[in-house]
Amino acid sequence: MAEQVLAADGTPLKASLNRALRRQKMRALLLIAPLLLFIMLTFIIPIGQMLFRSVENQIVGDTIPRTVEALDSWDHDADAVPPAPVFDALAQDLMVAVELKEHTRLGSRLNYEMSGISSLFRKSGRKVDDIGEVYTDQFVALDPAWEEPATWVGLLADPKWIAAREAWDGTGDEPAFIMSRAAKTVLPQTASIYADFARVIQTEDNDSPAEEEPWHVVYLALYNDLTANPSLEVTGPLSGLVSSAATAVPSFETEDVVATFEGFDDDWKNPEVWETIYTYSPAYTNGYFLNSVDLQKTNEGVAWQPENEQIYLTLFWRTMLMSMTITISCILLGYPVAWMLANLPARKANMLMILVLLPFWTSLLVRTSAWKVLLQNQGVINDLLVWIGFVADDNRLALINNATGTIIAMTHILLPFMILPLYSVMQTIPVTYLRAAKSLGATNWTAFWRVYFPQSVPGIGAGSILVFILSIGYYITPEIVGGTKGVFISNRIAYHISSSLNWGLAAALGAILLAIVLALYWAYDRIVGIDNVKLGG
Amino acid sequence: MPILGGTGLSEAKSDNAFVEFERVQKSYDGENLVVKDLNLSMPKGEFLTMLGPSGSGKTTCLMMLAGFETATHGSIRLDGVSINNIPPHKRGIGMVFQNYALFPHMTVAENLSFPLEVRKIGKSDREEKVMRALGMVQMQDFAGRRPAQLSGGQQQRIALARALVFEPELVLMDEPLGALDKQLRETLQFEITNLAHELGITVVYVTHDQTEALTMSDRVAVFDDGRIQQLAPPDELYEAPQNSFVAQFIGENNTLEGVVQEIKGNTCIVKLDSGDVIDAIPVNVSKVGERTKVSIRPERVEFDKSRLSPDAHTLKAEVLEFIYMGDIFRTRLRVAGTDEFIIKTRNAPDQVRLTPGSQIEIGWLAEDCRALDA
Repeated sequence: MAEQVLAADGTPLKASLNRALRRQKMRALLLIAPLLLFIMLTFIIPIGQMLFRSVENQIVGDTIPRTVEALDSWDHDADAVPPAPVFDALAQDLMVAVELKEHTRLGSRLNYEMSGISSLFRKSGRKVDDIGEVYTDQFVALDPAWEEPATWVGLLADPKWIAAREAWDGTGDEPAFIMSRAAKTVLPQTASIYADFARVIQTEDNDSPAEEEPWHVVYLALYNDLTANPSLEVTGPLSGLVSSAATAVPSFETEDVVATFEGFDDDWKNPEVWETIYTYSPAYTNGYFLNSVDLQKTNEGVAWQPENEQIYLTLFWRTMLMSMTITISCILLGYPVAWMLANLPARKANMLMILVLLPFWTSLLVRTSAWKVLLQNQGVINDLLVWIGFVADDNRLALINNATGTIIAMTHILLPFMILPLYSVMQTIPVTYLRAAKSLGATNWTAFWRVYFPQSVPGIGAGSILVFILSIGYYITPEIVGGTKGVFISNRIAYHISSSLNWGLAAALGAILLAIVLALYWAYDRIVGIDNVKLGG
Repeated sequence: MPILGGTGLSEAKSDNAFVEFERVQKSYDGENLVVKDLNLSMPKGEFLTMLGPSGSGKTTCLMMLAGFETATHGSIRLDGVSINNIPPHKRGIGMVFQNYALFPHMTVAENLSFPLEVRKIGKSDREEKVMRALGMVQMQDFAGRRPAQLSGGQQQRIALARALVFEPELVLMDEPLGALDKQLRETLQFEITNLAHELGITVVYVTHDQTEALTMSDRVAVFDDGRIQQLAPPDELYEAPQNSFVAQFIGENNTLEGVVQEIKGNTCIVKLDSGDVIDAIPVNVSKVGERTKVSIRPERVEFDKSRLSPDAHTLKAEVLEFIYMGDIFRTRLRVAGTDEFIIKTRNAPDQVRLTPGSQIEIGWLAEDCRALDA
C-alpha cells in the first residue's frame, strides 16, 4: 500500500482537502439557501400537498366511521340496500356530522361520484335528530332517571373524569370527557356514540354532558346494546336501573330506521348510493385518477364513463395537439426572425430585438384581449378580409371562441420563447460556415439545409420544449379566446379548483399533466439528448 | 477539369492570364472606396499572396474573387470569363478560411465528402477522392473524427484537404495559418507551398504576416489604402521596394528624410534634414528639390570603411545599444538626428561587436539606398 500523503501540518492530505472542499460546499449551499427555502415553502410543499389530494379520501371514513365499518359486512354485489344495522350506524354518524356541520362537505365529496348525494345528505341531516325518539320515550317512561344527564354520566363516565370535573374551578374549559373502560366493553355502541355526544357538547356548544340530555340516537344505541346482550352485567349504584331496562327492552316498541331514512328520501332505497359510499370509503382512492381519464369505479370494477360524460381524454388530446400546432407555428414564424436577428447589422438587430421583446413588456391579459378585438366576427381582421374581398360579408371567418383563436393568440404570445433561444444559438453559428459551404459548391438552399440548419437544431429543440411545455399548461388565453372548442385541460383544472371545488380531481388532472410533461421531457432527452439543447453560448 | 497532379507553373501562358482584376472598385457605404482601381493578372499555377495591414482591402479582394462580395465597378475574370455575375457555388473555387469553417456536425470524412456530394459524384468515387485528399495532408487516420476532436493544425489540414478535394483550379486562402503557433505555422507554410506546386493549382493567399508572404509566394501584392502598392516576387519586393510604404512594411528598414540635391543618371545625392549628404538611387524622385524618404536595409549598412568605395559619403553615428540575437547582432545607432537607426551584422568569428557610446562612421553602396516618395 502506498504511503499516505500528509499535508504540511501533518494531517492526511485527503482529509485536509476534504475539509477545505467541505467549507466551499457549505458556503455555496448557504448562498442558495434562501432561495431553496423560499421555493420549498411556496412551491414544493404546496404542490406536494395539492398532488396528495388526488389520492386522499379520508373524509368518508372520518365523517361516517360507523357506517363504513358496518358496510364491511354488506354483500355489495347483491344489488340491495344494506341491512338495518348499517342504517343505525348511519343515523348515529349523521347525527354527529350534523352537529359538527360536516355532513354537507361529505355530501359534496360524494356528489362528485354520483350526483344527488349532496342533497340527500342535506335533506336527511335536517331530520336525523328525530331518529330514536321512540326509544327515548320508552326508556323515560320506564324510569324518569333515563332523562337525567347525571344518570348517563354515572353510567358511562370514567371516575377519573368525575373527580377531575369536581376539582375543576369553573374557569376555562371543562376537562375533556373520558369514557369508562367498563362501559366500552359492556355497552359498546352506546359508549361510542355517547363519547361523540360528549365531545360535540363540550367543543361545539361549550356545555357539559353532565347537564345535557343525550341525543335520541344514544337511546337507539342503548336499545341496540341491550337487545344484543340481555344478560349484561353492570356494577355500581345504577346496576338496578340498567338490568330493569334490559328486562323491559324486548317488549319495547321498535323503530324501523331503514323506513325512516327511506321516508327522508327515496334515494336511500337506491343500492347505487350505497355502492358509491362503499366504493369511496377507503382512506385513499384512485377514483380521481380514473375520473381524469374518463373512467369510473363500478360494481364490476373499472369501466368507461357514460359517453356523454367523457371529456378529459378529449381535452388532454386536444391540449397535446394544439400545443404541438402552436409549437410548429412558432418554429415556422420564429426561425426567419431569429435568423434575421442573428445576421443583421447590430443596430438593426437591436431594433428588431426590441420589437420581439415588446410583447414581453405588455400584460398578457392586454395582449389576449387585443386578440379578442382583432379576431371577432366584426373585428379588424374579418373587416379587412371582407374589404379585400377574400371572404363574403355574410360568411365571415370564425376566428375566435374556437381552436383557431387559441392557436393564433397563443402562437403570438409564445413566439418570443421560440425566437430567443433560436437567436442565441444562431448567433454562435459563424457566417463563414455558409460561405464555406457555398465555396464548396452548395447552392444557397443546400448550404442552409445541410450546414446551417443542423447547427441550429439545438435552438429549435430548446425553443420547442419551452413553447410546448408553456402552452400545455396555458390557461388565460384559451379561457378568453378559446370558447368551448379551444379550451385546454388547464381550464378544466381551474374550473374544478374554483367552481366545482373538486380539488381531488383537479389535483389528479394536474398530476397527469405533470407526468405527461416529464414523460415528454424524458422522451426528448432519449431522442434528441438534453445536452443538445442550448439556450445560448 | 481535373488537375490533381496535372499542369504546373511552366505550362501557364503569361499572356493568357488565369485570374484577372480589371479596374475593380468596391465600396460598402457609397462614400468610401475600400478597393480603389485594382488591376491584377495572374497566370495559371501561380502562388500569389495579398499582403497588407488590416483594412487595406486585401480580404475584400479575396471575397470578391470568391463571390461573397460583388465588385462595385470593374470586372473580375477567371480563365477569360467574367465571373462578376456567377454565384459563389458555381465558380468552382476552393477556399480555406481563417477559422477553418469545418462543419462541426459532420465528421472529417463527411466534411470532405460534402463538396463531392453537392456535385453528385457517386459514392465509391467520393470515398476514393476523400481518402486521396486526406492522404495529401497525412490525415487518413482521422476520417471518422469530428472537427472538435482535432487540434488546430489538424483542423487546418482538413480544411485544406476539403478545399482541394473537388479538384479546383483556383484555391483561395484567407489567413489560414493565423490562429496557429509559430512552429506549426512554419511547417504548414512549407506543406501548403509544396502541395500547391505539386498539384499545379493557382493559389491566392491572404495574410498580414510578411514572413509568410515572402517564404511562400511566387509573387506578393502589397496592399495599402485599397491599392496594390507593389506586385513583385519576394526578393524584388524586399530589395527593391517601389515606395516608402512597401519599404517599411516589408522587413526592417531605416528611413532618413531629406531633399534631392542632385541627380546624375542612376544615382542621386540627397541632403538630409540634419545637413548630411548621402548617395542613393532615385526610385520615386524625378527632380532636384523634391522631398524624399531614403530607405536602407539594416544589413546593408557598413561601418568598415575599407568595404566602401573611397568617394562614398559617410555619416557620423553614435552607438546607443547593442543587442545580441544569436545569429545576428542588432545595433541601434543615433544617425542624422534619429535614434532608431538599426544595423544588423552577422555573428561571424571576426565580427566587430560595437560598444554603446562609441562613435563610428557608417556608409553604404549607393544602389542599396533608395530614394523613395516622401
